[in-house]
Amino acid sequence: MVKDTIKQPPTLPKTEGELMEIRNKVVSNPFHTTKKEPTVISMTDGVLIPKKGNKHLVTSWRLTFFGAVVVLVCLCVFDPDTYWKIFKYTITGIPTTFECTIFAILGAVLIGTITGVGSSSKNRVVNQICGIYVELIRGIPLLVQLMFLYYALGSLIHIEGIVAAIIALSICFGAYMGEIIRAGIQSIPKGQVEAATALGLSKSQTFFSVILPQTIKVVLPAIGNEFISMLKDSSLVSILALSDILKRGREYISRTFLSLQTMLVVALIYLILTLILSRLVGFMEERLHKNG
Amino acid sequence: MAKIEIRNVSKDFENNNGTILHAVKNVSLTVNDGEVVVIIGPSGSGKSTLLRTVNGLETAQSGSILIDGIDIMDKDTDIRQVREEVGMVFQSFNLFPHLSVLDNITLAPMKVRKMSRNEAEDKAMDLLAMVGLADKAHQKPTQLSGGQQQRVAIVRALAMEPKAMLFDEPTSALDPEMIKEVLDVMLKLAKSGMTMLLVTHEMGFARAAADKVVFMADGEVVESGTPEEMFANPKTQRAKDFLNHIL
Repeated sequence: MVKDTIKQPPTLPKTEGELMEIRNKVVSNPFHTTKKEPTVISMTDGVLIPKKGNKHLVTSWRLTFFGAVVVLVCLCVFDPDTYWKIFKYTITGIPTTFECTIFAILGAVLIGTITGVGSSSKNRVVNQICGIYVELIRGIPLLVQLMFLYYALGSLIHIEGIVAAIIALSICFGAYMGEIIRAGIQSIPKGQVEAATALGLSKSQTFFSVILPQTIKVVLPAIGNEFISMLKDSSLVSILALSDILKRGREYISRTFLSLQTMLVVALIYLILTLILSRLVGFMEERLHKNG
Repeated sequence: MAKIEIRNVSKDFENNNGTILHAVKNVSLTVNDGEVVVIIGPSGSGKSTLLRTVNGLETAQSGSILIDGIDIMDKDTDIRQVREEVGMVFQSFNLFPHLSVLDNITLAPMKVRKMSRNEAEDKAMDLLAMVGLADKAHQKPTQLSGGQQQRVAIVRALAMEPKAMLFDEPTSALDPEMIKEVLDVMLKLAKSGMTMLLVTHEMGFARAAADKVVFMADGEVVESGTPEEMFANPKTQRAKDFLNHIL
């Protein structure tokens, strides 16, 4: 018997699959043949943007969103004396919050486009100016910048509080937007400019007909993300005596001393708003990809 | 049609570490009216750089380049007007991905030549029909194959009614079976009497269409002559080695 088994030549595993099977038996840690996708770490300030393909994220979005809505509704229904009153009071800050957010994002896109074009320009002076602006803004806390710009603007020209706040927010976010747009412009292959140049297009024609349309497509998702960040950071304008959601909440606290309850409602309102926005941005991105 | 005269052109590049690379050294080359001149040579020999100096995509340090007698290196010359007259086709097609095939072609005639949209589109459709792509007019470039994209790129250049055409390795990025469809279009163009200056590795095309073949190595013109002379008995050892390798 023993002889027989010895005489039998060992059968060598032939296929890759057989080899794998053996390997998996011997080695406790199974060997993966599938190539790993390179991990991309994307850090954003805004909430994560769920897309259709991203099941996990969509599920967590739903849980958070409906959770927040249910909690808010329950609080208002079961303790209307406290929460319904808080809700009714703070919700009046939404117009101000949105006004600040929307106008400031428009301003930031405008400033950002100028800075982005400037910092990708070959003109050294323009380049330096844009670089310094970006470094300045990135190195100072947003809250400090807001207060400084607000008082600086106030002492120079007499403008309404909300206009000053929008300008200040635009300048602060313009630097980040500039970096986004610069990266977008630089992601357009050099051949595009060369082809346009070779066809006889002027620099401005090349920029507006070839570079800009392609850049917009690249940066739109990032701008959507900034929009969500802006909605949250617009709460900082509450220190500038603007009655946004947070400011309304603080006013309510100073009247009733219901700090915890009020802040809970304020947090829930912001959460619901940003989650809705993130879903909208997700839809917009999907449509953009579908249109080629 | 135009005559391209390159006289004693030199172009240096500065590397990141400060060393100077002499890409093109004192090159002279003439392309007569309606002639087809093919530049061949090993990679890094300065062929593409030379070609790109002709429409000012690269600025030469010295020498002069005359197109129809106009020196493009003269400070008073409007280089954009020269570029309108000289079409260029790139290795990587460089079509505008955000525009349809038709808009790719009509962009420059409308913006630069101030043609009306109707006029530009009629012309574009005629040219597309010539290269057999009339049915693709409303697709995006990414939906086309490489060969189709390159044919659109040729049409895009032709839509400006150039007097001369530059081709920078137009078939190098293509699959073998697509090369032919592009070469056929180029051959048609050459036969129509277009002045053409090409950088290519397609020796078959050079044989069939070229009036002159120029062999470049290390930034210099080593040898030039008719395709028959060049391919049958190259005079220099450098050219012999290269042709042995490639043929």
